[in-house]
Amino acid sequence: MSGANRIAGQGRLTPAKTARFTFDGKTIDALEGDTVASALLANGVHLVGRSFKYHRPRGILSAGPEEPNALIDVSRDAARRQPNVRAPVQEVFDGMKVESQNRWPSLAFDIGGINNLMSPFFAAGFYYKTFMWPKAAWEKVYEPFIRKAAGLGVSPTEEDPDHYASRYAYCDVLVAGAGVAGLSAALAAAEAGARVILVDEQPEVGGALHYDLSVKIDGQNGYDWAQATAAKLKAMENVTVLTRTTAFGYYNHNFVGLVERVTDHLTRPDKKLPRERLWQVRAKRVVLATGSIERHMVFANNDRPGIMLASAARTYLNHFGVAVGRKVGVYTASDSAYEAAFDLKRAGVTIAAIVDNREKPGDAVLTEARKLGIEVLTGHSVIDTKGKLRVSSISVARNGGGSARSIPVDALLMSAGWTPSVHLFSQSRGKVAYDAASGRFLPGTYAQDCLSVGSCNGTDGLQATIEESLAAGELMARATGNEGGSKVELRGENAFEWTGGMAGAAEGAGVDTTVKAFVDFQNDVCAKDIRLAVREGMHSIEHIKRFTTNGMATDQGKLSNIHGLAIASEVLNREIPKIGLTTFRAPYTPVTFGALISHSRGELFDPARKTPMHAWEEAHGAVFEDVGNWKRAWYYPRSGETMHDAVNRECRTVRNAAGLFDASTLGKIEVVGPDAAEFLNLMYTNAWDTLKPGRCRYGIMLREDGFVYDDGVVGRLAEDRFHVTTTTGGAPRVMNHMEDYLQTEFPHLKVWLTSTTEQWAVIAVQGPKAREILAPLVEGIDISNEAFPHMSVREGKICGVPTRLFRMSFTGEAGYEVNVPADYGQAVWEAIWARAEPLGACAYGTETMHVLRAEKGYIIVGQDTDGTVTPHDASLSWAVSKKKTDFVGIRGLKRPDLVKEGRKQLVGLLTKDPNVVLEEGAQIVADPNEPKPMKMLGHVTSSYWSENCGRSIAMALVAGGQARLGQTLYVPMPDRTIAVEVSEMVFVDKEGGRLNG
Amino acid sequence: MADQALRKAPLAGRHGGSSGARVTPAGPATRLALRAGSDAIGTLSLAFGLELPQRPKTSASVTGRHALWLGPDEWLLIDENGADLLGIASGVSALHSATDVSHRNTTILVSGPDAAAAIAAACPLDLGTSVFPVGAAARTVLGKIEIVLLRTGKEDYRVECWRSFSPYAFGMLVEGAEDAGL
Repeated sequence: MSGANRIAGQGRLTPAKTARFTFDGKTIDALEGDTVASALLANGVHLVGRSFKYHRPRGILSAGPEEPNALIDVSRDAARRQPNVRAPVQEVFDGMKVESQNRWPSLAFDIGGINNLMSPFFAAGFYYKTFMWPKAAWEKVYEPFIRKAAGLGVSPTEEDPDHYASRYAYCDVLVAGAGVAGLSAALAAAEAGARVILVDEQPEVGGALHYDLSVKIDGQNGYDWAQATAAKLKAMENVTVLTRTTAFGYYNHNFVGLVERVTDHLTRPDKKLPRERLWQVRAKRVVLATGSIERHMVFANNDRPGIMLASAARTYLNHFGVAVGRKVGVYTASDSAYEAAFDLKRAGVTIAAIVDNREKPGDAVLTEARKLGIEVLTGHSVIDTKGKLRVSSISVARNGGGSARSIPVDALLMSAGWTPSVHLFSQSRGKVAYDAASGRFLPGTYAQDCLSVGSCNGTDGLQATIEESLAAGELMARATGNEGGSKVELRGENAFEWTGGMAGAAEGAGVDTTVKAFVDFQNDVCAKDIRLAVREGMHSIEHIKRFTTNGMATDQGKLSNIHGLAIASEVLNREIPKIGLTTFRAPYTPVTFGALISHSRGELFDPARKTPMHAWEEAHGAVFEDVGNWKRAWYYPRSGETMHDAVNRECRTVRNAAGLFDASTLGKIEVVGPDAAEFLNLMYTNAWDTLKPGRCRYGIMLREDGFVYDDGVVGRLAEDRFHVTTTTGGAPRVMNHMEDYLQTEFPHLKVWLTSTTEQWAVIAVQGPKAREILAPLVEGIDISNEAFPHMSVREGKICGVPTRLFRMSFTGEAGYEVNVPADYGQAVWEAIWARAEPLGACAYGTETMHVLRAEKGYIIVGQDTDGTVTPHDASLSWAVSKKKTDFVGIRGLKRPDLVKEGRKQLVGLLTKDPNVVLEEGAQIVADPNEPKPMKMLGHVTSSYWSENCGRSIAMALVAGGQARLGQTLYVPMPDRTIAVEVSEMVFVDKEGGRLNG
Repeated sequence: MADQALRKAPLAGRHGGSSGARVTPAGPATRLALRAGSDAIGTLSLAFGLELPQRPKTSASVTGRHALWLGPDEWLLIDENGADLLGIASGVSALHSATDVSHRNTTILVSGPDAAAAIAAACPLDLGTSVFPVGAAARTVLGKIEIVLLRTGKEDYRVECWRSFSPYAFGMLVEGAEDAGL
């Protein structure tokens, strides 16, 4: 048994193929191919949830993605749980668990239902009013209450165990929607030879053919034709057909986002399958065949379970074989609902009455209704409904007054006509135009290479739709250079052409009424709320929307927008187009974060860049720090050592023996060409033409405004070849900066730049024993002090492999930087380590590097500078050439503000108490007793405990710092004020003799 | 004298993919970042034994040696047989810049009927045969990183990337290959 309301001989599901799931703990028997909604309806369940604000009982309204009411929580297991799933689009699978939402303690008895009685308190805009009065209530009452009440479902707490995939794709023609229009367009385009992608959100193609049994195409039943056409398309090499796939976003240049649901309908999905696949499609042309969505009628208590869209009832009957009721009423302003009554009547369901608020419905449907013996009440309206958890009766009255007649029903089908789905068109920045004759917004001005066809374009007739779609498909194929194929022709027939439709509040819910006639079901917005918004001064639809939250739920007002506009239009006495339509934004329906993130999680979230020596460092206990995307060895704690202990030991060891440091992450740029020196002269403040091959120089690079941009050591390998180093973090931007100037300002120079950051592994060997360590490993380079003094570079071999050996120092000790081709990095490091360790050297990390350079007053760009520091501010005037007539920043440096007295300058700070280590970023003042706000002189940029000095040291940017040498300043902290003395920046080996050791 | 240092490739020992798309690290190769004006193209082509391509998205290949067009004055030369490309360049007097980047880059080979789909998991290029035929080459992106892509056969691609990005590239391609092979 798959439900008492399943009608034998109706629908397309196979009775033998069953599936079973639970709804609020109760077992529901279903058939394969059912949605949660169809299976519940088959079992007579209409009540599936409680509304957002008033906790009113709600049922299944639709059979598609527009569903605002039937939002459920679906889980496969504890970790695979998703709230706010629309029941009509969730396919059932064996063992799924479905829970209703927004109710406590149970769906049938919900305490929150009291909100319904208190509804005057929750009038439109109440949330905004809480901001205004009373202030005290905000923190204690409104905020906790509103936060708790907000939202429908409950987010899952466990990590998502599924994986998601992504794919970029290209095509000539992307067709969104695979109903009659989309299939026709895709067929015509494919036959012409175009690369076609056809997508549809449903499990099978067909669109409206799911419910409209009267359609025949080329003599074949419409639904069967659709399946056969899809099969034919799938077999073509140039076509991709994606079902269960939503085109959710239409972006610039025909870039369309699709999300394909791969496993959500499967009982036991293969673990290899992604749950969803994100497709990012760049289409040369797009055909929008997105159809239209039926609107509900806006009347008093139109939200009871059992009240649903007429086309939805047809879908449940004709596709799923489910009768939504046994005694069904119809309330309509459009001919289309009649066909639902006809289909149900023929299937044996009693039609209580068709209530049509028009005086003159279409002749054809009227004749057919009479033939079937269905009572039709023209010029009548449903003015109210009754029924606690499901509709039990409707009150029907003649328009314009008169006594009401109560008609018992167990379901009410409604239709106010059809709203073209212009969502994707609107997302493409196309401008919709209001068609007053049909009361619809239709695609107007196109912004991208796309065409709308079928009912989303306002095309009503079947044959007209087919012809328009075939023409569009062929046109798009031809426009993308496809000349093959035969012309496709199709002949469609159907029973009725539909007329009618209305927008806005119906009889009994008009201007002077206070009934609850719902416009937006998901956000609980009634017709009277929109009128209230207008009365309170909201005259633009953008304001009305935000004040009432009409159309702001996750369904984005697929049903409510047009009604909302019409109601506002009536109260404002302005035409609909003058009030405007809000712009549709992506996504069309909600998209999971998983799909958007796809592969970018875990190790693929962001590249973790590791140096060639990383494995050695890890094996030797290094703790790593992130520097940009790099993992750098921070310090190497031995057993029992704290970070402080380890850094102190490393600092001592480097100055007393030696240390090995992985400097591979430093940016490296090879500058090659006859004008290389001239180019560097322009890019750096120093002179480079005077640098001899085999020598290095520390260089400073400025921006045009005169502020320090980067620094580094540059070695000249040959007349026309320089090896430039940059800071680790600065590597890409320095490369861009240089390339930018080279191409735009100095294109006359014969010079080329190549990033070689990753070509070289760099091993810094620093300390008094550095030469002793390296000497036996190096071939072809005399590394004696005389032949290879400080700031030299040579090419030769180390451990049998090529090296660029630099004599340089960022520690103040005699030091070398061994560059070897990266694949050799670890082997050369190990060979050096094998010599270094017995000599008492250590490996050291970035923290020790920072301390050692601070002991020497060497700056770190980005730490001691912040984009407002000139070389003069940083005591680096010596590095600014006085002879050069041009370099980037030379004019900036002369700006009045940059040469005036009292600028912040980099100085050393020594705390009066040598054991106190200042906090980096702490502010500095001259008078600790000055009333607030105190005058800030500057801030601490670098601060460390220096084991080698036996005290703390610091660097700081201080206003007029150089003139304050020896002065006492103060660093006020929350708990105390620290007295400091302004000092020079060099704390160790002031004469610099050790460099040449 | 110390022992000769041994090479350690960044992706040593890795393998992955699916029956539809195999993902494997390529062996070492010599590589050159070559820059030159149009007047030097003839001389350089002669020296390297292949015609340096001059149209975007193209390459030239001769017995394991590839020249990939990266820009109007920029090529990436790869020699799978380890020829001394820098040595060859140093013998050319026509104005150019040659920089050894053999160790900067590493290569991942993606092969099989689903190779293009595997790469398309994270690479936004159109890899359709009419747009990206055998021999096509491009500097592009793969997820968050830059790669240089060369189509060496109907179902074969070389993905070049900087070495520290190679585990990321490899992981992405393996996931792409697994999904493409489904």
